[in-house]
Amino acid sequence: MTPLLAIQDYRLAFDGFDGTAHVLDGIALELHAGETLGVVGESGCGKSVLARSLLRLNPSPPARVVSGHIRFEGEDVLAMPPARLRALRGRRIAMIFQDPASYLNPLLSIGTQMEDAIRGQDGATGRARPRDAARDRAATLLAAVGLADAPRLLASHPHQLSGGMRQRVLIAMALSGDPALLVADEPTTALDVTVQAQVLALIAGLVRERGLTLMLISHDLGVIAAACARTVVMYAGNIVEDAPTAYLLARPLHPYTRGLLAAVPELDSHGPRPRGIPGGIPSLRSPPPGCRFHPRCDRASALCATEKPGLRELLPGRAVACHHAEV
Amino acid sequence: MDRRLTAYLLRRVALAGIMLFGLVCLTFVIANVAPNDPAALAAGPDAGRSQIEQARRDYGLDRPLHEQFWRYVSDLAQGEFGRSIATGRSVGQDLARYFPATLELCLLAMLIGLAIGVPLGVLSALMKDRWVDHLTRIFAVSGIALPPFWFGLLLQLGFATGLGWLPTSGRLSVMTEPPDPITGLLLTDALLRGQWGVFREGLSYIVLPAIVLSFPCMASILRVNRAEMVEALRADYVMSAQAHGVNPWRIVCVHALRNAMLPTLAIIGLRWGWMMSSTVLVETVFDWPGIGLYAVSSAIAGDFKPVMGVTLIVGLNFMVANLIVDLLYGVLDPRLREG
Ligand SMILES: Nc1ncnc2c1ncn2[C@@H]1O[C@H](COP(=O)(O)OP(=O)(O)O)[C@@H](O)[C@H]1O
Ligand code: SF4
Ligand SMILES: [Mg+2]
Repeated sequence: MTPLLAIQDYRLAFDGFDGTAHVLDGIALELHAGETLGVVGESGCGKSVLARSLLRLNPSPPARVVSGHIRFEGEDVLAMPPARLRALRGRRIAMIFQDPASYLNPLLSIGTQMEDAIRGQDGATGRARPRDAARDRAATLLAAVGLADAPRLLASHPHQLSGGMRQRVLIAMALSGDPALLVADEPTTALDVTVQAQVLALIAGLVRERGLTLMLISHDLGVIAAACARTVVMYAGNIVEDAPTAYLLARPLHPYTRGLLAAVPELDSHGPRPRGIPGGIPSLRSPPPGCRFHPRCDRASALCATEKPGLRELLPGRAVACHHAEV
Repeated sequence: MDRRLTAYLLRRVALAGIMLFGLVCLTFVIANVAPNDPAALAAGPDAGRSQIEQARRDYGLDRPLHEQFWRYVSDLAQGEFGRSIATGRSVGQDLARYFPATLELCLLAMLIGLAIGVPLGVLSALMKDRWVDHLTRIFAVSGIALPPFWFGLLLQLGFATGLGWLPTSGRLSVMTEPPDPITGLLLTDALLRGQWGVFREGLSYIVLPAIVLSFPCMASILRVNRAEMVEALRADYVMSAQAHGVNPWRIVCVHALRNAMLPTLAIIGLRWGWMMSSTVLVETVFDWPGIGLYAVSSAIAGDFKPVMGVTLIVGLNFMVANLIVDLLYGVLDPRLREG
């Protein structure tokens, strides 16, 4: 079966005045329809850049594709002409973002923004439906994300809503094109703790009901564990481990994953005493040669400083990018 | 209308009222600290002491200041600006005659500034750091740097004296009968009365001074709009609109431009005031019969009342323009309607 999404050797750089940042360094990832994938990693490791790449949303310049392919339903996203790209955005892949306050337009009513999304997706393939038809559809979508009183909501502006309501509105907009893949980039990070669980439950519920494929990005393993069957771990622009979430939590194979888990005591209460990983993420302008993790790794050898480890499948469904990982 | 919007508008109008009162006070104070004795001026150069005293009584200048002030205010409220000493004509009537010409010139100049500045600003932002962007930058810098007086003479030499395509100066040929006033704006009146010939002729007279007046305004609208568009196109809400598949034109022209127009509006308000005061130069070069020319000729004659009248009108105009800008702000930005 061809995967829904297949990323091969994807490298993305950002050109700046003071040098080029090699942000994504050979990403390889396959995602099948119906999977729920979590992407975890420290802030700055390239999770958002990867998510945006699926819809070609990284502003270019400065972004520059160095190599690789991103295939969605067999079609190369990186080579799509503008019209195909528009038909992709929202209709096949939908995205929700971290901070619902800044990702809604402050000057336009919720109704206008939802109608624009609905009509834009119509228009990508033919004629846009009339505004009042779009408004009816918007009301239906709001009900689907648990927001009552659609007429009042559609007439209101973002600043009149709470953070949780805003994120629900953005989720409703993401659903409007009936996408196959939902990409959620830190959807709960900017919300109040009490609201986080509700929004996460809403996303999980929608994924189940609608048979969506999910790519959920978070720096918080707890969030991912709650919603995703499979997890990839990113470090400095690389995928370093790819495993079913339960296995990953129970027995991480990559030294970096172990460090991440150690930093979350409640998830790893049986292991050694909780500790973080010493050091910080390396500069992406002049990343360390070999394994990008080697300056912080307690298992590093001479090989690690010169040779970049590829992602190896150690067990079925479990891949690790480390020279010294073993089962 | 939205109740909150109405409340916002009322607050703005009240504020403008207070500012207007401040302006009236200011002109009164200036008139009273001016070194020349208005009674002496009114009585004429050959008047004796008793005639000056007579004039002082006639003009109420012997009354206590607060009484004079009250009279000044109530006269103004009735559109009574006093009389020109040089011509003996009512300043109010003079203003009513000259102001529409200036208003028409400034409106057209602002229209040109907006019609060119905003689209070029958007275009430069979309083409940031490409040759179109560099070209508009040069255009804008020259618009800000060129002195209007000099630029006006240049255009006059080129298009009027040299090529003979356009008339050199004035508002309409002396042979042409202007349309019966409806709004006082010649072009609008000609249109409303269906006098196409007059409209075209009027247009040929106004186009050069309007371009000269619009140039700096267009340049600053362009620069501000470009900067704000660059900012807006980078904003998170634009990225999510793209991700949701919103029509790219709609993203540029509504989602981004609407945000970029807020700071642009502020510039428009400021530039309107600037135009009203710098029209003096343009009106002088093109012999345009507006309040600028009126103020200059009165000032040369030492005629105080017309200059004060023009000051008040320009100030009032500035306030009205800013009021309109504030109202547009309120319409555009839902966050302003609260608080
Ligand atoms: N538009 C951009 N221009 C330049 N650098 C960028 C841009 N977007 C992201 N980056 C860089 O890419 C790296 C990864 O960022 P990001 O994907 O946002 O990390 P995170 O994993 O926290 O989501 C960071 O070093 C960031 O500075
Ligand atoms: S490859 Fe070497 S440095 Fe990198 S994680 Fe494995 S052991 Fe550590
Ligand atoms: Mg991020």
